[in-house]
Amino acid sequence: MTDATLPYVAHGDPHHVRGMQESVIAHEGPAPKRIVTGFGFWIFLLSDIVMFSCFFASYSVLLGQTAGGPSGAQLFDLRSVAAETAFLLLSSFACGMASIAADVRSVRWYQIAMAVTGLLGLGFLLLEVREFTDLVSRGAGPTRSAFLSAFFTLVGCHGVHVTAGLLWLLTMMAQVYTKGFRADIMRRMLCFALFWHALDIIWVAIFSIVYLIGSAT
Amino acid sequence: MNLFDPQGPVAAADSTILIDSVAIMLAIVIPTIIAILAFAYYFRSSNPRAFYSPDFAYSGRIELVVWAIPTLTIILLGGVAWIGSHQLDPRAPVEGTGSPVRIQAVSLDWKWLFIYPDQGIATLNSMTIPVGAPIHLELTSGSVMSAFFIPQLASMIYTMNGMVTRLNMRADQEGTFKGVASQFSGDGFPDMMFDVHVISPLDFPNWVAKAAKTDRVLNADSFRQLSRPSVETVNATFRLEDPRLFEDLATHKIPPAPGPEVTTDAAESYIGAPNVR
Amino acid sequence: MLGKLNWSAIPIDQPIPLFAAGLVLVIILAVLAWAGIKGYYPYIWREWITSVDHKRIGVMYVLLAMVMLLRGGTDAIMMRAQQAIAYHSGGYLPPQHYDQIFSAHGTIMIFFMGMPFVIGLMNLIVPLQLGVRDVAFPTLNSVGFWLTATGALLINISLVVGEFARTGWLPYPPLSELRYSPGVGVDYYLWSLEISGIGTLVAGINLVTTVLKLRTRGMTYLRMPMFCWTTLASNLLIIAAFPILTATLTMLVLDRYAGFHFFTNEAGGNLMMFVNLIWAWGHPEVYILVLPAFGIFSEVVATFSSKPLFGYRSMVMATMAICIISFCVWLHHFFTMGAGPDVNAVFGIASMIIAVPTGVKIYNWLFTMYGGRLRFETPMLWSVGFMVTFTIGGLTGVLLAVPPADFVLHNSLFLVAHFHNVIIGGVLFGAFAGYTYWFPKAFGFRLHEGLGKTAFWFTFTGFWVTFVPLYAAGLLGMTRRLQHYDVAEWRPWMIAAGIGTILLTIGIVFQILQLAVSIRHREELRDATGDPWDGRSLEWATSSPPPVFNFAITPDVHGEDAYWLIKSHAKQQQITDHEEREYKDIEMPRNSPTGFVCAFFATVMGFALIWHIWWMVVLGGIGAFATFIAFAWRDHDEYLIPAAEVARVDRANLAERRAAMSLVGSAP
Repeated sequence: MTDATLPYVAHGDPHHVRGMQESVIAHEGPAPKRIVTGFGFWIFLLSDIVMFSCFFASYSVLLGQTAGGPSGAQLFDLRSVAAETAFLLLSSFACGMASIAADVRSVRWYQIAMAVTGLLGLGFLLLEVREFTDLVSRGAGPTRSAFLSAFFTLVGCHGVHVTAGLLWLLTMMAQVYTKGFRADIMRRMLCFALFWHALDIIWVAIFSIVYLIGSAT
Repeated sequence: MNLFDPQGPVAAADSTILIDSVAIMLAIVIPTIIAILAFAYYFRSSNPRAFYSPDFAYSGRIELVVWAIPTLTIILLGGVAWIGSHQLDPRAPVEGTGSPVRIQAVSLDWKWLFIYPDQGIATLNSMTIPVGAPIHLELTSGSVMSAFFIPQLASMIYTMNGMVTRLNMRADQEGTFKGVASQFSGDGFPDMMFDVHVISPLDFPNWVAKAAKTDRVLNADSFRQLSRPSVETVNATFRLEDPRLFEDLATHKIPPAPGPEVTTDAAESYIGAPNVR
Repeated sequence: MLGKLNWSAIPIDQPIPLFAAGLVLVIILAVLAWAGIKGYYPYIWREWITSVDHKRIGVMYVLLAMVMLLRGGTDAIMMRAQQAIAYHSGGYLPPQHYDQIFSAHGTIMIFFMGMPFVIGLMNLIVPLQLGVRDVAFPTLNSVGFWLTATGALLINISLVVGEFARTGWLPYPPLSELRYSPGVGVDYYLWSLEISGIGTLVAGINLVTTVLKLRTRGMTYLRMPMFCWTTLASNLLIIAAFPILTATLTMLVLDRYAGFHFFTNEAGGNLMMFVNLIWAWGHPEVYILVLPAFGIFSEVVATFSSKPLFGYRSMVMATMAICIISFCVWLHHFFTMGAGPDVNAVFGIASMIIAVPTGVKIYNWLFTMYGGRLRFETPMLWSVGFMVTFTIGGLTGVLLAVPPADFVLHNSLFLVAHFHNVIIGGVLFGAFAGYTYWFPKAFGFRLHEGLGKTAFWFTFTGFWVTFVPLYAAGLLGMTRRLQHYDVAEWRPWMIAAGIGTILLTIGIVFQILQLAVSIRHREELRDATGDPWDGRSLEWATSSPPPVFNFAITPDVHGEDAYWLIKSHAKQQQITDHEEREYKDIEMPRNSPTGFVCAFFATVMGFALIWHIWWMVVLGGIGAFATFIAFAWRDHDEYLIPAAEVARVDRANLAERRAAMSLVGSAP
């Protein structure tokens, strides 16, 4: 702040990469809200995938630790898994339809598509709960062995996410019903759709690594 | 327990690497710190003689040097690390004179049990070995994770229930040294220090015979007694009745120790382990 | 009805925690009473508790950190005193207490002092440095802070209701399993960290999105201040690492609550998996703490050398290299677990490689000073102190990265001295540098210089007097966490460390004194220029404290050191304020009680989970969900500040700034 610094002319560009004029155009300023929200939610999804990777890792480590109890091949019912997969994949399709309905601002088709998404998701959950209770009743619950602890946690964590997703779905339906397709509700729908599709991707990983590979060994 | 006073080849090699690594790094660190203090002093704004170069924000040559110095140091140290890790791996066998002594060490709450399967005895909180002989240690834990460490003789190694870790060492001087448990394992943890007696190989069989003249017997039952959380003040010796005790423990045929009992009247809520002192 | 909770949970037979809890309670009640009498409650609710302003939230984070520094520091004083006394003696702290104290010390210092301090500074400064009005998700920011506060609250409750974990700050199984830790201590630890972990993750998402998506016009990545780069790297690490912590702690929760077998001794559990997972989080965690500190030093050294940062691009590369490599070194925390020579050597070498970019940074700061005009106000003292201290701490770290050296030093006091060397020398010194550097920006008045310098010298000297003896004791074979010992050689070092602790304590006392005296004399210390240090980055372009919208007109950026360019340009062209600025309406996010209310329910749920009060867990969960619904149904999430109001505030600030600067004798 003293006079001694006056002769100094600042070089903001020590490597002379750009002229002064161009530099302002190089970055337009903060991104619009929809992009910021979507980006932030992607980052959250990435963090969630990291968490799932830990459960996948623990599953792989503990795969052989059946403590004298049943292994995956002895337990898994692939037909039920196939049904669960069908439910979930179809519900993702329905969710896609809901996104499109929101884009064209059709409240009716939106609510129908979301209801279908929700029912299919619920179907998935009911099948999974049935699978779990069946395993527990056969003495193959999560307290039986480390392998089963890891299995129930990995698949159960996905199920908990689906449950949370269903609560969110109901909230979205209520929001659109009361407030219509307001800008902030559209941003939330974007996030919900990303979440629902991400759950689908995790499920693909689960049924491949846990059920398909597990049944083959 | 001075690391710089090793009494065996493993500890000697470990501490040599320690000193050498520090010396290599000090060759870089001392000039750096001198430069930091020198620049800070010389370029203080009250020094009229210091030049002011407000444009000096980049120099390719300096960049090359500042990336190169740490890199070269790390390459050198990396070599030390690679070679040292292989030569000094706890499982690497150590040569010596006389017949090797096999000791099976079990960490319990809160004591060390040393089983000598070939001699048919066991000791509590005290290890006696002949000087110059290779010592093969197999280690496991009867409960929680612990770590076995004799600073003047050998590297440290963890002990874990259901698993066996291995350590090889040799003592080159007679004397009494100290060992410690270096992984926190609960309220009695500080009491897990143990003595290491290094005696002449001629005296060793006498010591074994004397240790065997005890009325305490080590089998699954007495082991279960030992497993309960307590601190032992007497360095007892045992006759080893069951030579397969260690393997049974390591393969879970003997279950891991029970933990602290629920002690208070109100049982369910505020639970503190008994003060074992 | 109340699960495991009953009156015996309160340790009426233990004077020390009772006294501590009583003291804290008295202080809290006194503060609440004083605030109530002065009629501050509406102000505090409106301006702080429900605020979603990043500046307010940043200040609250730092305040939380400083209060927790006192708690964690008290634990440290107790530990050092015990170890100075307990030679051939039980000392004054029985093992059950001592074990809780060292566990709480580590947990609090890392999670509730270090993290909030750096997150608070990042929150406060990054939007200002980027030339924007707030972070990407302001309400989420508030939620993140209050969840962190919940975690801190739960840990402190454990002092007086129940007990804390007795496992160390990382609860290795099987010691932390129900069988060997049947009390509620580990449960306090687990839920406190699960809840605050969500808060930290939220902060991570917020700051990454802010740095990547919200920068003012013209601010390309390579024109961001270095502090923003380190913020980006640190928060990328948060996003990648904290989910690992959440997953691992959840596995331990399931073991303890539902009888699972992830890490138990029986049924196939694998304790080595816990060790690997927890350190896969744990190593990035220390870089999460230290990278923002590096950023602070970059800012401070450049400003107080009146020179641009040397080797900016190289610093960026070094930062991102550290970010990535920090994920590849975790095994160096357990070389002695017996992984074998190849694995040990590879991880050892990887750990050394991370010293390369760190060394580059030290040299770049060195050459920033070279040819500069150095002013040694308090922030610069902390920075030079850091450079010396951290270099030595790094040396001991690279030493520990050599497996054979680690084989004799692991878990010893040498290790303890090493990590305190880098955490205190790096993170704490950086936090204090940032605190003294940016305090005038946050509050509009400077901190008392003399007291600040005194605090620095006591802390710096106290650090060395405390930890050199610990290095020595480690080299004499002393292991960590010993409640008592019988080895004579260790005793003098423990006493010396105790003396050092006294010096450190005096340092902290001077920090508190500095704050109190500065507040009392704030008019004399007032800074109306908004730029007391002749700064180089955009946070100094606005008033102190900034208006709620940060900048009346967000600046255009034409190069690195954006504000320095503006100042030089202005001087050159003799720009005066006669030109008319075109003010526009500004929309700012509305305050919201969501964060605070959510955290209230999280506290209820956490406490209920610890004590197995299941109906309370359900109620808490419903409450949290209801809060979220209430927030989602908000119709107005922004409020308008009309252009006229913006103009009024801005003109007043500019007038004050011009007046203050003409007093000092320089152009606007």
